[in-house]
Amino acid sequence: MVKKISSNPFNGTPEQAAKLQAVIEESKHDKSLLMHVMQEAQGIYGYLPIEVQKMIADGMGVPVEKVYGVSTFYAQFSLSPKGEYNFSVCLGTACYVKGAQDLIDKLEEVLGISAKECTPDGKFSLEDCRCIGACGLAPVITVNDEVYGKLEAKDIPGIVAKYQA
Amino acid sequence: MYRSHVLVCGGTGCTSSNSGAIIEALEKEIADKGLDKEIKVIKTGCFGLCALGPIMIVYPEGCFYSEVKVEDVPEIVEEHLLKGRIVTRLLYDETVVSEKEIKSLNETNFYKKQKRIALRNCGVIDPENIEEYIAYDGYQALAKCLTEMTPEDVIKVVKDSGLRGRGGGGFPTGMKWEFTSKNAADQKYVVCNADEGDPGAFMDRSVLEGDPHCIIEAMTICGYATGATEGYVYVRAEYPIAVERLQIAIDQAREHGLLGKNIFGSGFDFDLFIRLGAGAFVCGEETALMTSIEGNRGEPRPRPPYPAVKGLFAKPTTENNVETFANIPQIILHGADFFKSMGTERSAGTKVFALGGKIKNTGLVEIPMGTTLREIIEDIGGGVPNGKKFKAAQTGGPSGGCIPASLMDTEIDYDNLTAIGCMMGSGGLIVMDEDNCMVDIAKFFLDFTVDESCGKCAPCRIGTKRLRELLEKVTDGKATMETLDEIEKLAHYIKENSLCGLGQTAPNPVLATLKFFKDEYIAHVVDKKCPAGVCKALLNYSIVADKCKGCTLCARKCPVGAISGSVKEVHTIDTTKCIKCGVCESNCKFGAIIKG
Repeated sequence: MVKKISSNPFNGTPEQAAKLQAVIEESKHDKSLLMHVMQEAQGIYGYLPIEVQKMIADGMGVPVEKVYGVSTFYAQFSLSPKGEYNFSVCLGTACYVKGAQDLIDKLEEVLGISAKECTPDGKFSLEDCRCIGACGLAPVITVNDEVYGKLEAKDIPGIVAKYQA
Repeated sequence: MYRSHVLVCGGTGCTSSNSGAIIEALEKEIADKGLDKEIKVIKTGCFGLCALGPIMIVYPEGCFYSEVKVEDVPEIVEEHLLKGRIVTRLLYDETVVSEKEIKSLNETNFYKKQKRIALRNCGVIDPENIEEYIAYDGYQALAKCLTEMTPEDVIKVVKDSGLRGRGGGGFPTGMKWEFTSKNAADQKYVVCNADEGDPGAFMDRSVLEGDPHCIIEAMTICGYATGATEGYVYVRAEYPIAVERLQIAIDQAREHGLLGKNIFGSGFDFDLFIRLGAGAFVCGEETALMTSIEGNRGEPRPRPPYPAVKGLFAKPTTENNVETFANIPQIILHGADFFKSMGTERSAGTKVFALGGKIKNTGLVEIPMGTTLREIIEDIGGGVPNGKKFKAAQTGGPSGGCIPASLMDTEIDYDNLTAIGCMMGSGGLIVMDEDNCMVDIAKFFLDFTVDESCGKCAPCRIGTKRLRELLEKVTDGKATMETLDEIEKLAHYIKENSLCGLGQTAPNPVLATLKFFKDEYIAHVVDKKCPAGVCKALLNYSIVADKCKGCTLCARKCPVGAISGSVKEVHTIDTTKCIKCGVCESNCKFGAIIKG
């Protein structure tokens, strides 16, 4: 899977590092928990920059290339930060046949960025995602944890406006 | 005792349309009216009719309120729950016979032909309460196995039932169990595949959300039958509600002594753990899934050795998918003959389908094997909306094929679908109408497999990419008839030479559309036209002179200034500048802009 790697400087806090260390302590006895640790780390930092990958590798006692290998294999792991509001367009089949591509096109136009990008001010990011299982509401997008269903392209500006304030 | 139970759907579909807020409003309103000792609100799993969510059912009357809004709650509480007057206006219209009479849900078209085995408790019980599951015969099958049956007996019943893997492959479940049971080892495992990767299928999620205990029970039974003492459920991280409820269920089962040491005093130990997937379609393949549980990149391994010999952590392992497990307790309780009495000769039982796409009643349906596609789409699904014509139904997701209108009377079972070049798959059933371009759909699925190919073997990694490029030539209008031959040849090569199921089935959507919709491919290649009007490179917008009033709206809206014309004169589109965004068409009030 092709991943975009962020060039933004890493600015993790000691609190975040302490949280991650606690997760590692709980899990380091079992190397099969590597993915679990990475999922927790992404929850703490929002993404997995190389600095965090190194901390995980050291803590779990595995080579950093293994952590990198796992992080680039799975869609869930992000190597670049997401915006404060992350717009995610479901590209499952049910959504696609009902016009999800039009929603992406419209979002790209309204937000002025293309998929997998973040606006320069860090406020909005846009991505496509795999089926979230809300096929009855197709086509759907999510903004962070908020789900919007049965959409048409013309609904997009109104939704974006809600988060622009 | 409560005089009334209000069931509100807490599945992902309804939660996404705000059923959580409805539950809160209900509980508050009921408490305000002092009815909280008389009326109980229960958050259940999925009722199936997702198109009409959020859904609420009030018992004992069995009133089915659909598309409920938070604003409707005070009225329902005041009128129905307090005064006993049903709010007919908010009922699912199919259940309303007259002002005075309502029909039971099981008599509506959507539910009439269904037979719920795997989904029997979904939308019926509170999935976060083990006692409700037990009250519906929960854990009785496990008790029967541990106290009355030998592992061999259990395997025999499962074998005799004719149950086949519901994840798509259709391998006989009993045989899988028997293979593992015959391999001696110091440790064996049971794995439940809940990595529902097929975009458009959500039955496994609904079972986990609506009836998590039945999976725990079935996995424990499997552990007893095969000699395993540990189990793993591999769930997609994208299913947070399912993960949460499954964890609650596991904790409750442990507290009740239904997981852990010496279950039912039989001396049998079994425990269960959850592992979260991270979004990789290939992890639905059994060996890749096990590699992923071990904390690695989820790449498949060559078989043999099969998981029954060397599976998770190199120990004998039985792997089944959620829906397969969901059938097990019923088979044990009611016997193999009960299960065989449903379905067709070689495909016993029922199958859950996720109906989606261009169909009125989107949602989850469980039907006996052997039901025809026509019954599913027209009777249960309510047909294609907006007066459009049915074109094809896609089954099996990125690994499957499509069924054209001419084969709508095919009886759905494993073998019939394979015979027409399709596959059962996990049960996603996406309906497409005349506005969907079949070449574009084939390309969509290939985009998916190119993205999801793990890269381990060359036929899949390189082959799918080249195949997509060939399809792009078609949708860009640059292909010749030879390109179509090349597509077919490469597709067969990928099928025959890939390492795992992902690559072996990746060309199926292409081959199936090429078989049933060749004329559409030819239209792209020879006439350079996309009949459905989807492929942008082959589209041209033009203005019908008779209808254009010269209002200038399109010229102002066009983002690239491709439209010219003065006020009250017929406008024209410069096709060399046009980017085919369709803004002009959607804004024209006179229908003067056409594409084709």
